[in-house]
Amino acid sequence: MKQLIQATIAILLISGALLYTTKLLNVSGGKTGKDILTIYNWGEYIDPDLLKAFEKETGIHVIYETFDTNEAMLTKIEQGGTAYDIAVPSEYIIEKMREDDLLIPIDHSKIPNLKNLDPYFLNLPFDPHNKYSIPYFWGTVGVVFNPEFVDGTDFDSWQDLWNPDFKRQVFLVDSAREVVGMGLNSLDYSLNSKDDHQLAEAEAKLTTLAPNVKAIIGDEITQLMVNNEAHIALTWSGQAADMLSENEALDYAVPQEGSNLWFDNIVIPKTSKNVEGAHQFINFMLSAEAGAQNADYVGYSTPNDAALALMDPEVVNDERFYPDEEQRDTLEVYKNLGPTYIGIYNELFLRFKMAIR
Amino acid sequence: MQTKTSKGALFPYVIWIALFVIAPIALVGYYSLLDLQGNFSLENYKTFFSSIYLKMTLSSFWYAFLVTFFALLISYPTAYFLTKTKYKHLWLLLIIIPSWINLLLKTYAFIGIFGLFGPINAVIEMFGLPAQQILFTDISFVFVSVYIFIPFMILPIFNALDKLNPTLIDASRDLGASSLTTFRRVILPLTMDGVKSGIQVVFIPALSLFMITRLIAGNRVITLGTAIEQQFLVTQNWGMGSTIAVFLILFMVIIMLVTGQKNKGGRIR
Repeated sequence: MKQLIQATIAILLISGALLYTTKLLNVSGGKTGKDILTIYNWGEYIDPDLLKAFEKETGIHVIYETFDTNEAMLTKIEQGGTAYDIAVPSEYIIEKMREDDLLIPIDHSKIPNLKNLDPYFLNLPFDPHNKYSIPYFWGTVGVVFNPEFVDGTDFDSWQDLWNPDFKRQVFLVDSAREVVGMGLNSLDYSLNSKDDHQLAEAEAKLTTLAPNVKAIIGDEITQLMVNNEAHIALTWSGQAADMLSENEALDYAVPQEGSNLWFDNIVIPKTSKNVEGAHQFINFMLSAEAGAQNADYVGYSTPNDAALALMDPEVVNDERFYPDEEQRDTLEVYKNLGPTYIGIYNELFLRFKMAIR
Repeated sequence: MQTKTSKGALFPYVIWIALFVIAPIALVGYYSLLDLQGNFSLENYKTFFSSIYLKMTLSSFWYAFLVTFFALLISYPTAYFLTKTKYKHLWLLLIIIPSWINLLLKTYAFIGIFGLFGPINAVIEMFGLPAQQILFTDISFVFVSVYIFIPFMILPIFNALDKLNPTLIDASRDLGASSLTTFRRVILPLTMDGVKSGIQVVFIPALSLFMITRLIAGNRVITLGTAIEQQFLVTQNWGMGSTIAVFLILFMVIIMLVTGQKNKGGRIR
């Protein structure tokens, strides 16, 4: 017992001393709440050198955390445990966060670099006048395929996925809205459909895809496609760009029936303790140089016109990743479906997963 | 007169159990009674008894059974022969060490090993056969799960075998029992407790495996764990997620009762 008490006291003393030292270190570094910026972003979604450059330029210390689904991010911000100053949600979640009063309005006068952005990406229905969000990246959902193995199929139509020659050849991304949306699009329905008949039809249609599905997985798709483990994958354009840069044989297409056009925007959540620093960060990321460097690193499509001018013209003129406005008009943006239909979409996806065994 | 002080010493444990055992279970039970709008209802329980969740429960049980069965099949002989070796604790350590490596890392390694261009297919092709699809099959799922759980199965069985008094085996042989009879009538009954706790520590987590179902089985195997993850993180239907969790807890209680140690008055001693 005596030893136990001694040990406990020793541990308490040591942790106390450590706590005190870190406090001293922080004070000597001049770090107070105002000099810290906590960023909450998707994994692999920023060039880390830019974070260092931002720290050097402003003296603000950046804490960087990542999430892998919009919903996981939303849950954490709703709970408010961490003081996130910057987050990068997708459009339908921004709509929800706006409704739930989770965002701080952005002061446009503090972001002069806003002029660099393509007006096409401003003032969109999910956030009129960009009161709460600033465009970060955008992209599409489509099919990555290896032309050497698909016998001339160009995936101009979703129907090509159903080709009986592609038995156990197709990877699907593990995300309900993308897969159910693909099923709806293949029937020429809207991917925001709230019509139970259309959803039932889409489910029946998806179930017939089961023999062609090889696996439903997440970020692992990139490496597996690069290694030619399968020859067809349903995924996001940015992930496709990653695959294409590592395996030049691959190609990417967005089927004509329509698909998803998505936007990830920067927001300042209500949890922010450094609103001033958050504005500085947004302005920093919107500069032509930072935008170009970031788009180069991440591989997704940037809404930053000034940055496009600095980038490799071969990338910028690639219509697979920078479709022109006419093509974009055939695409649809996700709407917030509300809890009931989010539930219905997910149950549908779960039943589909059960069917592919 | 000792009782008073010992009760005082129990106090921190009572707090601990109340906060970290009873409260979470109560919360899970409470959330399971809420529907999406936050009203009290038995809606979630009704959904659970729909065909999709029952099918999922059956498939979870089937795979957990397979994993436990093969883990036991491999672990018992391994543990038995371990106790016969000279440096048994060293060998045991070598078997335990892989369990110090993060589960996810081990799982990712198998993606490479089982891949179309991985070492296993390289061997298959050496014999002139075409490359096989190993990744994203039931077999690879069961294989990787068994591999991960083997150390947890070996440990309790090894301990039980190690504690076994060797004179009992000598006595059995002296009385004319064959090796098989000795094993069946002496060794196995005396190590049954080790086997039971091995089954508990493997079967229960195997019921709710979910990372491996995605990484190795490509979501071709769906367990209750997958459904819980999806309900909480994607659908944000905490009620339904909790309901599935309630049933998992119930199943675990049942398994504990079935495999529980019955105290048959000093049978081992």
